[in-house]
Amino acid sequence: MITIESINKHFGDKHVLVDVSLEIFEGETLAIIGRSGSGKTVLMKHIIGLMQPESGRVTVDGTDINRISYTELRRVRRQFGVLFQGGALFDSLSAFENVAFPLRTFTSMDEREIIKEVHICLEMVDLVDVGSKMPAELSGGMKKRVALARAVALKPRYILYDEPTSGLDPETSNTIDELIKGLTDQLNVTSIVITHDMHSVLSIADRAALIYMGRMHWVGSIQELHSSDDQILNDFVKANEYQIGNPKEE
Amino acid sequence: MLHVLAYRKLIQGPVKALGRYSMLLIHAGSALPDFSTYRKNLFSQMVQIGVESIPIVALAAAFSGAVTTVQTSYQLVSPFLPKSIIGSIVVPSMILELGVVVTGFILAGRVGARIAAELGTMRVTEQIDALEAMGLNSIGYLILPRVLAGILMFPVLYVVACFVGISGGILVGHFFGFVPAGEFLQGAREFFQPFDPIFGLIKSFVFGFTITSISCYKGYFTLGGAEGVGQSTTQAAVSSCVFILVADLILAATLL
Ligand SMILES: Nc1ncnc2c1ncn2[C@@H]1O[C@H](COP(=O)(O)OP(=O)(O)OP(=O)(O)O)[C@@H](O)[C@H]1O
Ligand SMILES: [Mg+2]
Repeated sequence: MITIESINKHFGDKHVLVDVSLEIFEGETLAIIGRSGSGKTVLMKHIIGLMQPESGRVTVDGTDINRISYTELRRVRRQFGVLFQGGALFDSLSAFENVAFPLRTFTSMDEREIIKEVHICLEMVDLVDVGSKMPAELSGGMKKRVALARAVALKPRYILYDEPTSGLDPETSNTIDELIKGLTDQLNVTSIVITHDMHSVLSIADRAALIYMGRMHWVGSIQELHSSDDQILNDFVKANEYQIGNPKEE
Repeated sequence: MLHVLAYRKLIQGPVKALGRYSMLLIHAGSALPDFSTYRKNLFSQMVQIGVESIPIVALAAAFSGAVTTVQTSYQLVSPFLPKSIIGSIVVPSMILELGVVVTGFILAGRVGARIAAELGTMRVTEQIDALEAMGLNSIGYLILPRVLAGILMFPVLYVVACFVGISGGILVGHFFGFVPAGEFLQGAREFFQPFDPIFGLIKSFVFGFTITSISCYKGYFTLGGAEGVGQSTTQAAVSSCVFILVADLILAATLL
């Protein structure tokens, strides 16, 4: 379980996170939604201690991650798989080696097992044939999928996805959504999915949290999301439906 | 108001930078026992920083040895001076100063810029974040091997530079008729100080550390996108050169 207790973060004069609190329960999939620049990525970076809040606490399974040694923090981080918004693939390594990297670094698997495991991961994102390519030779969507394969290679307990489906075609987006759902069900992972895509939210999330201008504006289940009369939430959802061309009528 | 701004620019900035630079080095140092994290990178960096620099270092050293020989002969044409004096000037200046400073400038440009560009790109594309998020010590993984490779390989390059530079001096002196090789070497031997090469080696360790640590610092803390990487790269090369000169003076003043 992850708890975020009224954290604040400034960049210069800009108050990017304002008293943000949020709880993420074991085994759930939580969608974090919000407009571009609202602070979603910054919030995600606080969860794994890549950024530190000026006030407030972030705890993972009861441990305040900003009050432990760097060695302990790294141990906490190893329970996480993170898909960064831009993929963050190591550009000096091939797609295959990117996925193999965490396996080589943190397990004692031999080469045969690694090849097998990487193959499984790349198959999952439908990219077995690009293993030998370098990141620069991949399309934006392919990079994202390789990065996703890398994020889940160690079967982490927590997975953070920063916009896993942005820049992907609808069909591939659905595949990724299915994948995220599948991982949650099979491995009982806890997932946090940052997204603009209400379609994804509705198909994979148990709960959603809306960040609005750095504040946690609304948190609730998907059922509550449908019935909410919050103006800002409804505007966000509507804007999205118009984009998808898929009006919400149930 | 103005003096507050001046204070910020002139004092606060450098003090902060020095603090962050020291923190980076302390972090890197504390990762030293974790050999398995950086072993692979260490060897590849030793090749990139050391082995791949040999041709350009040798070229520059050969020319500086040759030019020093020609200039010394030109300045010391006198029937009263033995020609061997050319050797006794060229060899110590190569060993004490030229070999290591020429190598330093070349590495500042070649290696410093490369390190800063590499790490800067990794920073702005979140690859460093990705390493950290996996639970890896990014400083131990990226910076330590580069600094170690610099410290280990710079002395090797220095030795190459001296060897090639002195050979260049001998060849040009001999074949252009300034001084026969035998006399050149005799002069070199007469005035040889055993401490000279030791001093040169000490300098080469210090320079290797200076260039790689400054460039790692600039690259690791890159801000912004492509423009930030460009800035870091330039600053890495320029600062490395400046601090080499400063270190050179300090070492000469304290050790000679
Ligand atoms: N390292 C940083 N330094 C300075 N400002 C930053 C930094 N990172 C983010 N910001 C600022 O914080 C705000 C929130 O950024 P964030 O990346 O979290 O947005 P986001 O919600 O993820 O948007 P998007 O959906 O476009 O990715 C933005 O105004 C951004 O300019
Ligand atoms: Mg973002």
